[in-house]
Amino acid sequence: MSQIFSRSANALARFTLAGALGLALIAGGVVYSLMYSSWATKQNEFVEQPLQFSHAHHVGGEGIDCRYCHTSVEKSAFAGIPPTKTCMNCHSQIWTNAPILEPVRASLRDNKNLTWTRVNDLPDFVYFNHKIHVRQGVGCVTCHGQVDRMPLMVQAAPLLMGWCLDCHRAPEKYLRPRDAVFAMDYQVPTEDHPVAVTASNGTPHTFRNQLELGQFLKAEYSVTSPGHLTSCSVCHR
Amino acid sequence: MTLSDIRSRLDGLEGRTYWRSLEELADTAEFRDYVQREFPAQAGEFTDPAGRRQFLKLMGASLALAGVSACTRQPPEALVPYVRQPEELIPGRPLFFATAMPQGGVGMPLLAENHMGRPTKLEGNPEHPASLGATDVLSQASVLTLYDPDRSRTIASLGEIRTWSNFTAALQLAVGAQRTSGGAGLRILTEPISSPSLLDQIDTLKTNFPQAKWHQWDAVYGTVQGGAPGSLALYRFDRADVVVALDSDFLNSGGGSVRYSKDFSSRRRIGTPQQELNRLYAVEPVLSVTGANADHRLAMKAGEIHAFASGLAAAAGVPGTSGAASGEAGKWLRVLADDLKAHAGRSVVVAGDTQPAAVHALARAMNSALGNEGKTVHYTAPVIASPADGVASLADLVTEMNAGAVQLLLIVGTNPVFTAPADIDFRAALEKVPTRIHVGLYHDETAEHCHWHIPEAHYLESWGDVRAFDGTVSLIQPLIAPLYDGHSPIEVLAAINGTTGQSTMEIVKGYWTRAFGGQTKTTWTLRDASGGAYPNVDTFWRHALHDGFIASTSMLADGATIPAAPAAVAATSVPAVRGADAGQLEVVFRPDPYILDGRNANNGWLQELPKPLSKVTWDNVAYISPATASGMGIALSRAGNADQDLLEIEYQGRKARIPVWVMPGTADGVVVVHFGYGRKNAGRVGSGVGHDVFGLRSSATPWFGSGAKLTRTGEGYFVASTQNHFVMEGRHPVRVVDAEEYRADPKVVAEIGPERPADEESLYRRERGDHVTPTPFEYLSYRWGMAIDLNACTGCSACVIACVAENNIPVVGKTQVGRSREMHWLRVDTYFDGDPAAPSATYHQPVPCMQCEAAPCEPVCPVAATVHSDEGLNDMVYNRCVGTRYCSNNCPYKVRRFNFMLYADFTTPELMPQRNPDVTIRSRGVMEKCTYCVQRINSARIDSKTENRRVRDGEVQTACEQVCPADAIVFGDLNDPASRVVKLKEQQRNYGLLEDLGTRPRTTYLAKVRNPNKALA
Repeated sequence: MSQIFSRSANALARFTLAGALGLALIAGGVVYSLMYSSWATKQNEFVEQPLQFSHAHHVGGEGIDCRYCHTSVEKSAFAGIPPTKTCMNCHSQIWTNAPILEPVRASLRDNKNLTWTRVNDLPDFVYFNHKIHVRQGVGCVTCHGQVDRMPLMVQAAPLLMGWCLDCHRAPEKYLRPRDAVFAMDYQVPTEDHPVAVTASNGTPHTFRNQLELGQFLKAEYSVTSPGHLTSCSVCHR
Repeated sequence: MTLSDIRSRLDGLEGRTYWRSLEELADTAEFRDYVQREFPAQAGEFTDPAGRRQFLKLMGASLALAGVSACTRQPPEALVPYVRQPEELIPGRPLFFATAMPQGGVGMPLLAENHMGRPTKLEGNPEHPASLGATDVLSQASVLTLYDPDRSRTIASLGEIRTWSNFTAALQLAVGAQRTSGGAGLRILTEPISSPSLLDQIDTLKTNFPQAKWHQWDAVYGTVQGGAPGSLALYRFDRADVVVALDSDFLNSGGGSVRYSKDFSSRRRIGTPQQELNRLYAVEPVLSVTGANADHRLAMKAGEIHAFASGLAAAAGVPGTSGAASGEAGKWLRVLADDLKAHAGRSVVVAGDTQPAAVHALARAMNSALGNEGKTVHYTAPVIASPADGVASLADLVTEMNAGAVQLLLIVGTNPVFTAPADIDFRAALEKVPTRIHVGLYHDETAEHCHWHIPEAHYLESWGDVRAFDGTVSLIQPLIAPLYDGHSPIEVLAAINGTTGQSTMEIVKGYWTRAFGGQTKTTWTLRDASGGAYPNVDTFWRHALHDGFIASTSMLADGATIPAAPAAVAATSVPAVRGADAGQLEVVFRPDPYILDGRNANNGWLQELPKPLSKVTWDNVAYISPATASGMGIALSRAGNADQDLLEIEYQGRKARIPVWVMPGTADGVVVVHFGYGRKNAGRVGSGVGHDVFGLRSSATPWFGSGAKLTRTGEGYFVASTQNHFVMEGRHPVRVVDAEEYRADPKVVAEIGPERPADEESLYRRERGDHVTPTPFEYLSYRWGMAIDLNACTGCSACVIACVAENNIPVVGKTQVGRSREMHWLRVDTYFDGDPAAPSATYHQPVPCMQCEAAPCEPVCPVAATVHSDEGLNDMVYNRCVGTRYCSNNCPYKVRRFNFMLYADFTTPELMPQRNPDVTIRSRGVMEKCTYCVQRINSARIDSKTENRRVRDGEVQTACEQVCPADAIVFGDLNDPASRVVKLKEQQRNYGLLEDLGTRPRTTYLAKVRNPNKALA
């Protein structure tokens, strides 16, 4: 009886096995990179809003402090989105007839809320708290990016858990003095740009290295240990 | 299994005499099997006809699809800022407002938590004398009623939608016709009322219509048998060494129960072994929460209590009383009288609300003779202003309705078509009234037979006022605008009085403005908390609204003037217990403890909350004693309660069917029938649940009567009870000692249970550095812990429902409860002690997660979804959980709950605003459990850090701790040597549940210390 399979079938079988394995690996790689891609995280993605509010103009151009609009950032988990009244504090005086501001005027006139789309959106099982981060010396820019250079708001960071843990495991890499938390132009200390800090006991310090500054601030602000900061219930409950 | 068999089993129990249920005691093979399957009625073996292959296919497909669905991008989320932000509001932080919940005319003072305009959780008002920070089950659950999607939403006339102006126009027409006759055809039927503003409206109405009449009907709070006592008794249990409760459940029913529990348990929470305890005697036909806390309890027919009270009065030396008893009751009379006399001026006799006026008169005479009056009890005029005897009032109204004398009837809040006594045909009489208006939260049975239905505003939506049990005027302010076009009763009465164009707030504020000027019928003493006068009415109003009450109106305050009480109703002669009666079966009526007369039927939280002692959910049952059951051939032991006997009860020629429940502690020859179930028109939750037994309740005997007949129908009925869920299988869960024993040797508590292993000897230990410890952390900052005082706990279950409200715990329904899948993170286990026919004591044990130091659940989780935190919490991470349930299998306390199905309601929009925004709403396939209210811990920790300090002791209160009227639960930092929880754990009563397993629980218990009287031993 002749053989059913020719000799070349062996090679074909090996090739098929290797190929299937390779395909599975490629598919896995695609899924994996997709998971961390900006497509999934929505990083740097523009979002349609009821009107094209420019942080670059208001923050970078006019120099308005973050807290003028985001009033509860130091008091609450939620930073707060300004009520229409806050917009109209200025815009009842300037640009009163600008067509772009019609939705704002309509909101106040008709007592109808503006509806924005959230840009920095964490999953619902994460309980982020602005108050404690601002208090412990995490700058707005550290997570939100240079909003003073964003004509339209985009999500600056991937907002994945690994990204959060990067700081929660070693806060010293990112902490800055409390008085620089809301600063847009703060620069991390380098040999050329030292950062001066006055300790709570009045001693002045100068730092030329972020890690040294971070270690100092961690002690100064009694930032809890990474053991605590990586406990699940700190963020999830 | 007969009673004697069970008794012989009891004798065989080693080292302890208490048991959880008759089933556990009987210990049949059937029961063993039931317990040993972890989730009793779950599909333990695969009997599905679809077959194993099909199952695997479906599982594979589900897995693949679940994986695909995880790849979706996060949907966009809207951010909606205010147009003009309200003052004081910080987005993301709750605000608290003082208000009060009226229940049976009496107010329960509250602080309502408001998230961005949505009330989500209610706490007690800590400054109010009726609450002192605690609340009860009903007020905790009332926030769910606010959002109930089945509340009526529109004004309706004969089924057609109408507007408020349509209604007022029609009302003016109907009222106008009454003007000429002085309101001869105008009648108002309400619940019991104490609200000064509403009473003022009723007074105005009586002035405008002198012939109009006001009637009252409430099947629970306004119903008396044998006359109303006429006076109100205010007790000071904190001053009483000896308490005798005559068929009274003062710890768990009525408007004063929260304060009374606080006062009572303040005498049970002993700090040192030397401290004296109070002593409680209870005489009652059915085991109540109060009876369960008694040091001595005598089960007695309700009808015999009058004779017993008379005998006790005679023995205590009250002139003009006589009576004697033989046997056990005779012994009790002597012992009680001796103890009362030995504690004259420091004792109190309490008569129950269901007992006739004569018993109240006897109790008052005893308190007077013993010199207790003015010390442990004050008698004063009732706080409720409506007619006291609801049955007589309703009967009068029906007579007039039948005679055609009633032209216009306004029914406010009450539902007489469903709840009226069986011999009063309210529905037929109602049809004879030409114009009928119903104001109520629901379009209920009564609304169906009325021409007009006005949706009532929930108390969280309306302005108003109410008096607490001690008379304290408490203001009600709205937390939210009416969700469903609701109108308050004050508004409706104002419309009848023709005062339109005024808002309810203006009416209430107007009344108190006049009261401040002394222009109201009742003269009020309006002083601030320190007794000073307010400079002007505006200051007064703002302060009263902020505090939620007017302190100077409390009759419990030091130096308060207590209005003189009306004379006691003359004691009627004691009904002779005839020989024929003695052998007859007595029927005792009780409202369901949570559903009441059916008004809360559509509240899923209340339906699913296990009832005290029987732990029945979603049903009403008839209690009979084990001896009575044996006599009828009813099985004492029923594993799984799948097939309870359905009884037919015949009483006064009327019949009703209800499942039986063999309840230890019930008096022999008594059947206790719980009414309130069997609503036809309650809503999606409550319609068709349970059995309607109002057909048995007559106007002559609304609370008890003799001559009932029981028949077994031969049918079975499934009752979902949690009593046998998560049983502890013969270990030593509760530790009980007598006060004298404990005083002699405080170490006795530690010796009761098995020996606790050394810390290193744990199965669940880990290595940290050089040494072996049970945890990976050293707890440098906080170390949270809890102590539960079994001596203070009354078993009221308020902690369970507070936990439900705080932690977004879903309702699962009767079928799922029957499969042991209830989701409550905290359960209250009940144990009986002694003989099954007449248990000598009952113990309650709240069991939350123990947050073990060496937690058995942690090492078995394959995905690290349950891990230790550095503050000692046993964290549960929902978004990591894949649902293996290994943790639950390995938990010796059985405190973990699994979402077998999608129990949380993700779709009903009305229910969404109720949820606590600080707690995740769990989905299907996820394990969950008590977190020590970690959201509250986090919030307090962040606040303390921004203020550069540590979290203060008492700053974090868990929901169960905050609600507890007995202060039995204490939570705090174990690293703080001055904290209350550390002080409690230092007591020698402290022990850990199943601590011999080496789990080192952080939640520990303080042993129960009883104070029995040797003379009754």
